[in-house]
Amino acid sequence: MRTDLPEPGMAAAGGPVARDASSVGSAPAKGCDAVSPADSPEDEAELESKHFTSTRNACKLCTPLGACLAFRGVEGCIPFLHGSQGCSTYIRRYLISHFREPIDIASSNFHEESAIFGGSKNFMQGALNITRQYQPQLIGAATTCLAETIGEDMGQLLHDLKEKHGDGAAPIVHVSTASYRGTHIDGFHSAIRELVNQLAVPGGPSNCVGLFPGMVSAADLRHLKEILADFGLPLTLLPDYSETMDGATWSDYEKLQCGGTPVAAIRTLGSARAAIEFGRVLAASETAGTILQARFGTPRRLLGLPIGIRESDRFFKALAEIAGGGVPEKYQRERGRLVDSLIDGHKYAFEKRAIVFGEEDLVIGLTALLCEVGVTPVLCASGGRSGKFEGSLREAAPELPAATLVKEGFDFAEIAEAAPELKPDFLVGSSKGYSIARRLKVPLIRVGFPIHDRMGGQGVLHLGYRGALELYDRIVNALLEVKQETSPVGYSYL
Amino acid sequence: MIELLPGRARQVVQTDGGRPAEMACDKASVAGSVSQRACVFCGSRVVLYPIADALHIVHGPIGCAAYTWDIRGALSSGPQLHRNSFSTDLQELDVIFGGEKKKLEAALLELIAHHSPKAAFVYSTCIVGLIGDDVSAVCRRVSERTGIPVMGVHSEGFKGTKKDGYRAACDALYKLVGTGDTSGISPFSINILGEFNLAGETWVLRDYYKRLGIEVVACITGDSRIEDIRRAHGAKLNLVQCSGSMTSLAKMMERDYGIPFKRVSYFGIEDMSAALYDAAKHFTGAPEILRRAQELVREEVARIYPELLRYKEKLKGKKAAIYVGGLFKAFSLMRALRLIGMETAVVGSQTGDKEDYKQLQEMADPGTIIVDDSNPLELAKFCLEKDVDLFIGGVKERPIAYKLGIGFCDHNHERKEPLAGYVGMLNFAREVYASVASPVWQFAPRRANRTAAPLEPVGLRPAAV
Repeated sequence: MRTDLPEPGMAAAGGPVARDASSVGSAPAKGCDAVSPADSPEDEAELESKHFTSTRNACKLCTPLGACLAFRGVEGCIPFLHGSQGCSTYIRRYLISHFREPIDIASSNFHEESAIFGGSKNFMQGALNITRQYQPQLIGAATTCLAETIGEDMGQLLHDLKEKHGDGAAPIVHVSTASYRGTHIDGFHSAIRELVNQLAVPGGPSNCVGLFPGMVSAADLRHLKEILADFGLPLTLLPDYSETMDGATWSDYEKLQCGGTPVAAIRTLGSARAAIEFGRVLAASETAGTILQARFGTPRRLLGLPIGIRESDRFFKALAEIAGGGVPEKYQRERGRLVDSLIDGHKYAFEKRAIVFGEEDLVIGLTALLCEVGVTPVLCASGGRSGKFEGSLREAAPELPAATLVKEGFDFAEIAEAAPELKPDFLVGSSKGYSIARRLKVPLIRVGFPIHDRMGGQGVLHLGYRGALELYDRIVNALLEVKQETSPVGYSYL
Repeated sequence: MIELLPGRARQVVQTDGGRPAEMACDKASVAGSVSQRACVFCGSRVVLYPIADALHIVHGPIGCAAYTWDIRGALSSGPQLHRNSFSTDLQELDVIFGGEKKKLEAALLELIAHHSPKAAFVYSTCIVGLIGDDVSAVCRRVSERTGIPVMGVHSEGFKGTKKDGYRAACDALYKLVGTGDTSGISPFSINILGEFNLAGETWVLRDYYKRLGIEVVACITGDSRIEDIRRAHGAKLNLVQCSGSMTSLAKMMERDYGIPFKRVSYFGIEDMSAALYDAAKHFTGAPEILRRAQELVREEVARIYPELLRYKEKLKGKKAAIYVGGLFKAFSLMRALRLIGMETAVVGSQTGDKEDYKQLQEMADPGTIIVDDSNPLELAKFCLEKDVDLFIGGVKERPIAYKLGIGFCDHNHERKEPLAGYVGMLNFAREVYASVASPVWQFAPRRANRTAAPLEPVGLRPAAV
């Protein structure tokens, strides 16, 4: 295992030259430098010693966002935020700009009086109105920091609602998502946990596998369904917003887009034959999987997000074990093609320096992939703070140099400050890293969430051998583009 | 079947050519509806966002700051500090023990030392009001220590509607007005209020006024600097564009400095020209300004008119739905649409007031559906009923339109094309045409089985514009 970072530009063809060029890939033309979102630090050295109490350009979002997305992955479920109107509107806007799909999120619309006397009246009225307008099968209620701070007793509230209005409101699953506790990814996992916690019931043995993939793309969800089907394993995928958040154009307005995990399927998770969860940093948390394990004795497997060869191998192996057979030939071939491609492009990727950022588990998966293709991640950063980030990361990516900066609780201003010194050849993460890539004049490989400045964010495939191949092609092609664009010769044959 | 929620019946009317019905507006959104509105914080943040040399820090948990990071098309010709998102990112312990001293004060001092802004705005979010942080005291202390104005913005999300947020922003701005030196300001001078320099629109307008011989002291807040705002009271006239957000500031300036104000709109040929004439006529001592205005209008209209006519020919009879923040903009959009041959079949706003709704009903064609504080289900229902070809709104309305196979034009704060002024009218027409005339709609299920002849191309688009 190497422990040092390679010298920047040493092995990288066209290294420093490439970085100095003004017309690299999608980087801006000259004269645009006035538009650099973070004020360019003049003295990098001085900055490093500075401490900032504030979060500057956060590399995370608030917990209710994750919960809303998770709830939209349940069939006929409408997210319902207990708090101010703005929370639901901002979150809708943020999700819409990525998925380019409608997402209706209702709000209990707190007023001053609700903040003083409690929001029960608004919550009940809201639940009844949602039921009347949307006829949902389920309401996914999530509390905002406002409701949490005034100490809303959601259990009591739901009890009173039932008592007063009987079946006037659709069934409600509620989750506590105070935005001062955790990030959007915690809100996502909590919502999934509460769906299982509040809905799953014991039943006769079933063949079904419960798969809790975490916050992955619509394309990832479709791929997972395909894989499980090819293994012959009946699947309850929770959540499944592959159709609800990435569907076709309509002939009439669909109040709640079709698709999603059926509520009945969540109920029968109590009799699932196995539960698979993606997310190495979830190791010590209470999750959907641990609840199934504790309450119904369901065998639980916690895996990393299957990004790259080895994490995917672990996933396919687990499936083979559960199904009691081998890996279908289709995927053996996909793996073979992936390895073949890695070899074809290995020289272009070798010892290229990358900055990776995003949710902790996504960064872990991406880093594992980068390490196995020879890229050197120089900074792995996340806005999350699980306390398990670095340990899990080094476990999944054993080649990661000891000198690589691994930062949890990091923000984009900190990434921007660290970046020039680290001399990355490219960045991997959400579109929010664009300003940094632009300033450094290096490519940004857009993955994860959000992708607000390109089409097709919901369709990016990250998982499995196929996802690894797509990511690898994009990375190598971006590097080739830099090489080509900055070459004085301009070869048309590489 | 989509039905109106009880309690919303009087927020929807259909014009019948008779006397305008009174709209119930200015109401809080019904609980459980998916309102397109935001909150008090959003109102304040929108108005103050473009001030480029100020520090904007959001005091609260991370969401409010994260969702407003670099989201607007408000450009600056200099500093870019406003495009950052600073937050105290309150954590559980801060909520229990308070976040004012440890978090807010420290954050402000560090950021001010690092970025040297000319002023700072501190936005209070929902829970700040609840945990009892004394934001005003922190602002006072930090201002004393750093020597720059530090303004608390009382924008707790639940304390009213977006309009209250506008008001809070105006209150914060008004602390600056009157603190600068007004010497050297021309007798023919104005402030533009409620213009946010989206995609550089302020620059277009400043150029017009310059050609008229009128000095723009401050544009509040498009491409504005703290120093401009401090001396805004030296201007002789306030022109208020986004009246929903800025009328309260104009009124305070009228009360305390005797500066009259006029409501203007810079969208569409008619309203843009009226805005120039209104200002010119105000300066009765300088008839040459009016003469220059006439020349400018003639020249600019002549430049764009031939191209507009080509679009008009192709867009004739097409129907639009408009859903915007404030109604005054809707008036301009209706006129602009008429100019290119289109009808408005559905029109509404998040925060229009009674008077505006009355005027709207008088101006709208019979049969037009008018909505206040609408939601996706209603908007979709009305768009389908009226079979519109175009929706004008913001990002939240875009997928509603697209899913139903309807063209869309973004006329909100996130737009990247200037739509104000004469050049803006041309851009607007181009964008409307580009969306309505696109061949993609023929594949949308709602239109797939129709026999109506598709639009023909206007010819080759000019290669360079």
